Amino acid sequence: MTAQHRSDWLRIAPAFTAGVFLLPIGAGLIGTVLPAFGYLPAIGGNELSLAPWRVLVAHPGFATSVMLTLGTGVLTSLLAVILSVGFCAYAYGRPWARRIGAWLAPLLSTPHSALAIGFAFLILPSGWIVRAISPWLTGWTLPPDVSTVGHHTGLALVFGLLLKEVPYLILMIVSALNQVPAREHLTIARALGYSRAEAWVKAILPQIYPQIRLPIYAVIAFSLSVVDVGLILGPSNPPTLSVLAVRWFFDADIQMYFPAAAAACLQLLLVIATIVLWFSLERLLVIVGRRWIAAGGRDGLLSRLTLPTAVVTFTLFVVSLLAIVGMALWSVAAQWRYPDALPQAWTWANWMRRADSLPALSWTTLLIGMLATAIAVVLVLACLENEGRGERAGTGALWILYLPLLFPQIAFLFGAQVLLVRLELDGTLLAVVWAHLVFVLPYLFLSLADPWRAFDPRYARTAASLGASRFRVLFRVKLPILLRPLLIACAVAFAVSVGQYLATLFAGNGRVATLTTEAVTLAGGADRRVIGAYALVQSLFPFLVYLLAAALPALLYANRRGLTRWT
Amino acid sequence: MSFAFLRIFTLVLASLWLSPFAVAQELKWADVLAKAKGQTVFWNAWAGDEKTNAFIAWAGEEVNKRYGVKIQHVRLKDTAEAVTRVVAEKAAGRNSDGTVDLIWINGPNFLAMKQQSLLFGPFTQAMPNWQFVDTVNTRSNVIDFTIPVDGLESPWRRAQIVFVYDSKRVKETPKSVQDLLEWAKKNPGRLTHPSVRNFLGATFLKQALFELAPDSGVLQSAATDANFQTVTVPMWAWYDQLRPHLWRQGRQFPENGPAQRQLLNDGEIDMMISFNPSEAAVSITAGLLPESVRSFVFAKGTIGNTSFVAIPYNAAHKEGAMVVANFLLEPATQAYAQDFRQMGNFTVLDLAKLSAAERRRFEELPRSPALPTNAELGATLLEPHASWMTRITAEWERRYTK
Amino acid sequence: MDLNGALRLAAVRIVLSGRELIAPLDLVVASGEQVTVMGPSGCGKSTLLAFVSGTLDPVFNASGRVLIGETDVTALPPERRRIGIQFQDDLLFPHLSVGENLAFALMSSVRGKEERRALVQQALIEAELDGFVDRDPVTLSGGQRARVALMRTLLSEPKVLLLDEPFNKLDAQLRNEFRRFVFEHAAARGLPTLLVTHDAADAAAAGGRVIRLGNG
Repeated sequence: MTAQHRSDWLRIAPAFTAGVFLLPIGAGLIGTVLPAFGYLPAIGGNELSLAPWRVLVAHPGFATSVMLTLGTGVLTSLLAVILSVGFCAYAYGRPWARRIGAWLAPLLSTPHSALAIGFAFLILPSGWIVRAISPWLTGWTLPPDVSTVGHHTGLALVFGLLLKEVPYLILMIVSALNQVPAREHLTIARALGYSRAEAWVKAILPQIYPQIRLPIYAVIAFSLSVVDVGLILGPSNPPTLSVLAVRWFFDADIQMYFPAAAAACLQLLLVIATIVLWFSLERLLVIVGRRWIAAGGRDGLLSRLTLPTAVVTFTLFVVSLLAIVGMALWSVAAQWRYPDALPQAWTWANWMRRADSLPALSWTTLLIGMLATAIAVVLVLACLENEGRGERAGTGALWILYLPLLFPQIAFLFGAQVLLVRLELDGTLLAVVWAHLVFVLPYLFLSLADPWRAFDPRYARTAASLGASRFRVLFRVKLPILLRPLLIACAVAFAVSVGQYLATLFAGNGRVATLTTEAVTLAGGADRRVIGAYALVQSLFPFLVYLLAAALPALLYANRRGLTRWT
Repeated sequence: MSFAFLRIFTLVLASLWLSPFAVAQELKWADVLAKAKGQTVFWNAWAGDEKTNAFIAWAGEEVNKRYGVKIQHVRLKDTAEAVTRVVAEKAAGRNSDGTVDLIWINGPNFLAMKQQSLLFGPFTQAMPNWQFVDTVNTRSNVIDFTIPVDGLESPWRRAQIVFVYDSKRVKETPKSVQDLLEWAKKNPGRLTHPSVRNFLGATFLKQALFELAPDSGVLQSAATDANFQTVTVPMWAWYDQLRPHLWRQGRQFPENGPAQRQLLNDGEIDMMISFNPSEAAVSITAGLLPESVRSFVFAKGTIGNTSFVAIPYNAAHKEGAMVVANFLLEPATQAYAQDFRQMGNFTVLDLAKLSAAERRRFEELPRSPALPTNAELGATLLEPHASWMTRITAEWERRYTK
Repeated sequence: MDLNGALRLAAVRIVLSGRELIAPLDLVVASGEQVTVMGPSGCGKSTLLAFVSGTLDPVFNASGRVLIGETDVTALPPERRRIGIQFQDDLLFPHLSVGENLAFALMSSVRGKEERRALVQQALIEAELDGFVDRDPVTLSGGQRARVALMRTLLSEPKVLLLDEPFNKLDAQLRNEFRRFVFEHAAARGLPTLLVTHDAADAAAAGGRVIRLGNG
């Protein structure tokens, strides 16, 4: 294959990737924007109008819903960034932080909804924490009538979201750190008299921020549009905008589809507005920040702040772990009543009952996850490699890839479903993989793009000068060096696929059952024993992939400290 | 040759004795059975209850053994998912070979599908077991939330409102909604109801409406702007008194029945409303509620309804679906379903229409102290017109969602 | 020897996986004195500097003491030791301008924008880079960046200067110039300087004692 031929191949990569996306995204737009203005012939909406918006605004509690959505979304995003940055500033370079990736694995692999249910069990007035201290400490023979889960301020929701978002951002920061001479800069800054935390925030954070900017935007979009965690932990009377939209999309009165689409559109606008606002704040912060850095203050305020921040982050980790453990206990419990701190009776029956269905479900979940991740890796690498030769123009169009993260899934998927039915593809595994790909690829790209782009081009040049073909450079030089970021990105992508519910439901037309679809439908029965068993199994595969991401480079490159350092 | 003549002669004779409709039935059903053999019916049903899931799996085995029809249980979180799917297929122009063959459905979802012409039928009269269905005393078998079924859906299981309570904590059970209010005042924070958006939560209010409305007959026709306000005044007055004494001071509500049951199990509340008369017995067996739970109803009766199965207009396996629907009406199946160790759903059949042997199946069903007898269940009130529920829900949101 | 402000290493021993990298070392570097540490690659020169500056990787086992004058800094974190370090990469912060890089080093005790700007300006003049205050470090040549890097270290008013092969990236001409630049400034401020290099010419230019590590 001549070099010329090779580059033609790659040149189509961004276009092809965008093409894979355009169809479902286009369908999604049609399924959201048009009905928001009253157009959906299948249920009698034949002309554009503003009626759906009027219904939306007139709905009781609408203003509260919007404020709630913005409040919880923005607060969660801010806290997620502050906590993850503070934690990294505190932990960077410390010996116990070397294996941070491995520690975070269980937290990152548990699906968000399972973690939320476990967390709910922890903080309910009849939940684990109260059970552990009642009635001997509190005197409560009956649970107190106090609102925690579903509190109208949405604080339970914020906390529940942070449980996963903080580890995710920490992971992205760690990935970014590998691409910058962080250790050396930290040494210099410390030699100049700055404490570890101050040195990290002033010297290293500005350098890696461009690489974590997109993951932060993903966190913002997610916090504002999350549905399943909102259903579990958020207030319901009124709920956040995304929960409201889902309620209406599935309302028995089909005509509610229109205001549901309007709510989804509003949701989208809120996400875009918040990201734009954040972007402006960044600009402002850059100006103010540079003055602050150049002012040379070493008075230790930052170091005093990072310790409490790190403590709070640690608390999050502990809470997450307890949530998982709680679910594990439930899965082997026969009876667990208030106020017992542990189940009164134990049984394997919950697991035995699943024994027949689990293997098939697991295999389907695994297959879909691996296929979606593999295809995504090939596409993303093709696009990135194509870039590498100065063809940045192609990637401009790749902003399309982030649309699925911004769109509320539900609206997007109804349109996609209609499309799949037309193509006679619905209900097939291929359709489900495609639907998963739409959500997996952005996360993979987000996690991989910057480490990939930050790869020192001199390695490739050196290899080429030694006679290696492009292919060889990729497989023998680039991939080994970038193995860790690649595996982390794959782990994130795989976990995203495992956790998909609506995508599997719509594209599979109910025919394709994964661990998550099963878990969600059974969760409707509110039996914590069942939910606990599924939560564990759902977490298992992503957990293994994360461990692999943490351990494989260490194993393969045991003698290559340059490739295995986390910090 | 003579044998063939004999057959034709018998047929002609039979056609003179039996009504033409019956003959048409017999012929048609044989066709249906023949076509159904080898089909796989995709039965879309809510999957939140393990017992129901197990029942559906059992039904699949039976139907396969007897008729060569397989059942694939498409697990739903919400019946509306299946409705949306059929709508999407109609939107895409898929008028045959649809992916949904059978839906467990009733009430507003049925109304929506009927209005949008998304259903196949009428088909119930063609089923042999239809003759056993109680169409006289259980009117909810032919009238679904005041909408005539018109043979577009086949009854499956019956539901009636009961209140499940912890007998260790509640000594005297309320006999009416007024009693309930008094009880709540004395035990603040120990009672709740599912969100009124959920059919069970709305039924809580409908039940109160039945008892408190000046004339409950008006509930059988559609609500109008004129009468809605006046009819519901006493109910809202009662509810406004009740709300501050509810769990979480009436500001938060469990999303649905199972979530509410979780609260009872966790000890956060002392009583809950349920549509399944066997709820107490079934939940105890499943370990979802403590052994001390029992049920009670109100003196003047509680609302009851029927759950149905319906076939979408574009279903790919209509014959198989009909075979399944017919199987569900089999007396043996209904008795199995009524066994509280299975689903505990009371039957839709008229026991008087059954043979003595079949009737004995029901009489010999296991008993449990937590299982009310038919007598204890008392009178069944018919569901009001669906418009009352939609208006009550909207009004409730208007008043209490800020 | 006048110990006022001198850098003193007492019985410094560094071990890696059982292998002794640096045998117990006693060393005194007086104020203004420049001592060169030489040895082949891998003999532990940079590791020694890491120990002195307080950033030794925990995989090493180290014992001994580091003192500046009478103060024992062995237990202090790097930021409190007032030990400046210069690497062969200039490591100017890419997100700050040249002026901001320099200002970053100024002690916060230096208040007032005017005074800080004056000090930065003075440092730039000394480095013969007047007018570069707002430049992006990436636009400077290697030699210019090296000078800025040294000025940055000096602006933080360290008590000791460590140089980890700082001239390696410069060509012969620049090397001479920059070497002279470094030693002049270090001597002018009376800093005890520890230079690590494998280049004999550097040692000669430093003119001070030469310590050989490894097999010399």
